[in-house]
Amino acid sequence: MAEVDLIIIGAGPAGMSAAAVAARDGLQVLMLDEQPQPGGQIYRNVAQNRSKRGFLGQAYAAGADLVDALDHPHITLLTGATVWRLDKGPQVTWSRGGKSRTTSAAHVLIATGAQERPVPFPGWTLPGAMPAGAAQILMKTAGMLPEDAVLAGSGPLLYLIAAQMIDAGSPPQALIETQTYRQMLGALPHLPRALFGLPTLLKGLSLIAKIRKAAVPRYTAASGFHATTTESGNILFSFRANGRDQSLTCGLLLTHQGVIPGTHITRAAGIAHHWNAAQGVFQPQYDLWGATDQPGLHVAGDGAGIGGAEAAAAAGELAALNILCQSGRLSSDTRNQRAARARAALFRARAIRPLLDAAYPPPTDILAPSDNTIVCRCEEVSAGAIRQAIREGAQGHRQIKTSLRCGMGPCQGRMCDATLRGLLSADAPPDRPIAPPRARSPIKPIALGELAALSHPQEEPA
Amino acid sequence: MNVASRFRTLPETGDRVQFTLDGALATAPAGVTVAAALLAHSGAWTRRTAQGAPRTAYCMMGVCFDCLVEVDGTPNTQACMTLLREGMSVRRQTGLRDLNGGHCGRG
Repeated sequence: MAEVDLIIIGAGPAGMSAAAVAARDGLQVLMLDEQPQPGGQIYRNVAQNRSKRGFLGQAYAAGADLVDALDHPHITLLTGATVWRLDKGPQVTWSRGGKSRTTSAAHVLIATGAQERPVPFPGWTLPGAMPAGAAQILMKTAGMLPEDAVLAGSGPLLYLIAAQMIDAGSPPQALIETQTYRQMLGALPHLPRALFGLPTLLKGLSLIAKIRKAAVPRYTAASGFHATTTESGNILFSFRANGRDQSLTCGLLLTHQGVIPGTHITRAAGIAHHWNAAQGVFQPQYDLWGATDQPGLHVAGDGAGIGGAEAAAAAGELAALNILCQSGRLSSDTRNQRAARARAALFRARAIRPLLDAAYPPPTDILAPSDNTIVCRCEEVSAGAIRQAIREGAQGHRQIKTSLRCGMGPCQGRMCDATLRGLLSADAPPDRPIAPPRARSPIKPIALGELAALSHPQEEPA
Repeated sequence: MNVASRFRTLPETGDRVQFTLDGALATAPAGVTVAAALLAHSGAWTRRTAQGAPRTAYCMMGVCFDCLVEVDGTPNTQACMTLLREGMSVRRQTGLRDLNGGHCGRG
């Protein structure tokens, strides 16, 4: 007998919307999120920022409604709770306050979201270089504004953060963009479909207009990123753009090349994954409702493929409706009827993705960086060492890992798997696809004492 | 530690928390993570790798583990996942830890 009806892992837009729908129809929901507040990364601290930090914008503030909907007698939200294991049953093992426990549920919804794609180049490990999304988290959670910052990379989030910095009175020193004119042209065939997401498109254009109006210098088709530290601790950032070598000195170098699904938990749970070539990511396989090939496990949100917050909320609702149906609380007819609104929202939210994916792809020298670039930040493994191992015959993630320790540090490959795949695929024969790296529990490091204190013995899954 | 913070902290509430960094007193706004407090305090490194390279908090969301510091005697604590509390003792880490939390050189 399961202890709860539904465990939702992750309190971002997908998880929050699913919790509200499931609880309204009577399911007992346990939500686990490792951050101190619900909201996910996109709506981080949104409930705490209701009457302040207006520079974060309307779309951000709207996330407070999802947080408010968690105030329901059937929803138990535990923050600071890190899930580190998911077994058949399903059973969820999670750590909170230095203590781990296992909870069984009839259903589990994995809504663990995305992380920023690693942006490796020589110097990306230096203090002063950081992901743009990380700086945005500091704006949301601590009211800390990047000073004298350069934004470098590509994608819609880069424009949003630049606009937020402008509105906060701390505009970026420059915006260095990697997308080329040719990539923008190549994205145009996706424009008609993107018109279904017109409000999002217009919002993007208004962000770019704001950056123009603030007269932030922009460079496009940039490549060859390289950072060093000056004597005073500033970052000297070199790159190539407009056919010339450029360099800028800044306090902060904020990089961004889009986001990728966090798949450690779905891979460790044995869910089938496939390569999404358009987005350049591995993602779990699931049906129209987010149901996976593993009994009791659904996925929703950016962890299942990048679609953004509105798509995540819609997918969360669809997964919850399906779980209600499987629990016998909704007929499949009622489920289908009630899904119509979320399906339409999901369609609109996803309509703009092909345009964005084609216009702002991660550049090749980020996917497979130069030899003197650290790829594995934990174990300090360079791209040159990895290329050498590949030349010597190492095949796939696993052999690179065993020969170089690449991906064996505490981040468990979260900061190097994507780059390692880029290096492996540079030479791989197209008929032999690269398998996603294996993920095993504990998918986040925990103290041995905490592991030992788990009272009942558990078997390692195959 | 003479590198100025790379961030400007908005003067919002005025409530501040006192903590120590490598034994020296420091303050930060109430309600922030240890990593935010360290980044607001200084732009310098908070960890050195086994090879001696300087690092500090990077992803701010619990993914990269570059923000590992010693908090109240517990090494390898993710500063970005830990809320700062009054009186906390934070120490920067150099090199690897051993199982008991002390230093462990790697040749």
